[in-house]
Amino acid sequence: MVSSVPASPPPQEEILRLFRLMCEIRAFELAVVAGYKEGEMPGFVHVSLGQEGAAAGACGALEPGDLITSTHRGHGHCLAKGADPGRMMAELHARVDGYGKGRSGSMHIADVAAGVLGANGIVGQSMGLGVGAALSLQVNGRKSCVVAFFGEGASGSGIAHEAMNMAAIWRLPIVFFCESNRYAELSPYEVHVSLANVADRAAAYGFPGIVVDGEDVLAVHRAVTEAAMRARDGGGPTLIEAKTYRWHGHYEGDPQAYKTAEERENGHSLDPIARLEERAGELGVAPAALAKVRAEAEARITEAVAWAKEQQGPALSLLDEDVYADAPHA
Amino acid sequence: MRPMPSIKYYQALTRALKEEMTRDESVMLLGEDVGPSGGIFAQTRGLHGAFGDLRVRDTPIAENGFVSAAVGAAMTGLRPVVEIGFEDFLTCCMDPLVNQAAKLRYMLGGQVSVPLLLYTFGGGGVNAGPQHSQSLAAWFAHVPGLKVVMPATPRDVLGLVKSSIRDDNPVLCLLSKKLIGTSGEVEGADDETLVPLGRAEIARPGADVSLVTIGQMRRAGLAAAEQLEAEGIEAEVIDLRSISPLDTETLLASVEKTGRLAVVQESHAPCSVAAEVLAVAAERIERPLRARPRRIAPPFAPSPFTPALEKAYIPDPPRIAETIRRMVAT
Repeated sequence: MVSSVPASPPPQEEILRLFRLMCEIRAFELAVVAGYKEGEMPGFVHVSLGQEGAAAGACGALEPGDLITSTHRGHGHCLAKGADPGRMMAELHARVDGYGKGRSGSMHIADVAAGVLGANGIVGQSMGLGVGAALSLQVNGRKSCVVAFFGEGASGSGIAHEAMNMAAIWRLPIVFFCESNRYAELSPYEVHVSLANVADRAAAYGFPGIVVDGEDVLAVHRAVTEAAMRARDGGGPTLIEAKTYRWHGHYEGDPQAYKTAEERENGHSLDPIARLEERAGELGVAPAALAKVRAEAEARITEAVAWAKEQQGPALSLLDEDVYADAPHA
Repeated sequence: MRPMPSIKYYQALTRALKEEMTRDESVMLLGEDVGPSGGIFAQTRGLHGAFGDLRVRDTPIAENGFVSAAVGAAMTGLRPVVEIGFEDFLTCCMDPLVNQAAKLRYMLGGQVSVPLLLYTFGGGGVNAGPQHSQSLAAWFAHVPGLKVVMPATPRDVLGLVKSSIRDDNPVLCLLSKKLIGTSGEVEGADDETLVPLGRAEIARPGADVSLVTIGQMRRAGLAAAEQLEAEGIEAEVIDLRSISPLDTETLLASVEKTGRLAVVQESHAPCSVAAEVLAVAAERIERPLRARPRRIAPPFAPSPFTPALEKAYIPDPPRIAETIRRMVAT
């Protein structure tokens, strides 16, 4: 089903808060793209440009005690749930002050204190790990929920089915949040999914499946707010599919041969930030207020990048630290 | 001192689970048929009744999903114990074990630990055929971040399962199907003596050859040692018990003393635990050995279901004794 909740505009400070999250994600990802081009970051990075509405709308609906599990394209989720952009950027730059002590890179950023249980390099595992986190909440009688992010590519993996089936059987407090961004790795949606909507699969598990416009941060926020409340109240899981669009390739440097030239040129027209700016009048938000928030968000990220670059790389002694919780292996 | 009670191998498991679940409310059990049915070997009988639905949970047949869930639960404050009925089915949950449980602490810069015990029944001797008889310890001992134990007596099942539940790392406890109905003495219920991980046991002292046994091969090794004793050959039988970490200290001290090393296991020789034991000795023993070291292992072939073929497949006391006779004769 498509979310049909009437759109009564949220309070202005709520709109500005979500707008700020989107702008921080945008600025962060643009800084990553630039830094990667300059050769400042080792390894691989996957950016979420164009998908800011989904991450900000979903995480913006959560409370501090709620938890998220994320994917290889997880910068937006982590930032929006409260991870520090400086420590994230430090991780991307392989600095010891990064969340993984500069040893893990983009795909493993986590801030457990903020409820971010981690990006993950294995497609689909966010769903199984998310089920486990929800199990913890249930066993401990906590009134919180988990949002497990995944993409339409992961929806075809075995663990997607296993996780949603278990969550339904156990009526766990979890929201499965699919960012349907039109491409999984290097091939389009149709290669991966037999149905028009991933959300339609929820019917097979007996919980609600909702399609939402991922370019509309307010619609995403509304849908996740409802699903999270239901989850925390013992109402069980929800599958939300946000239809969005991945501006860039699967990874930075991907020539995107699978997109048309027209699409490569004009893909950026699907822009959740511009969408909100265009609606400012209708929502009763002054354009100047949006511009101010945007500038502040960009400044925060600029500062985070500068801080991260000043930090040290990890010492060689960190090669085998944190492998075990106790003394290192003989 | 009170006499030590004698219980069966599987009962030691049940007792360990019950004691630890009583001691620590964060311990929960999940797996296929661990609940009201009490398990295929009656190994979880009574636990569901004692601890209820929340903490003793039957799962769907979805090893990837529920092991991933256990990892997610372990990251968020529970101490899950997972049962996988047959060790062969570990191939269905390699990702959550190898890519998640083993690496999360490292990847997340020490922000989490993954206190998870997975126990399973492995190995041969019960005519279970190629997909229900494997001993895969070497696969997991190869992975930094995991611990692997293989108890061969009720006392070690009790002590190692309890220690493993209290350990803050992911531990695999690879039990032997063949030993399920065997009996042995254990500490009384009020005795908190635990068997530490990483300690081998000298099951029988001897001066002529170090015979290292793995899992159920302890019994075959002891029987072979008895045969050899009648011929004047003293074999020192070392039950490895812990595959990772490996007790190199006990191992090397014995080989230094005897000058001869044989390892008996029920998995194939190439790239195996026996191969690792030989490598450790080759690298670290100063003086030349008195005989070429030997791996006593099945042929490089799947385990047959045929009773006569399986009997020839798994090393038995006559074969072990003959190998050692030749080593001592050279």
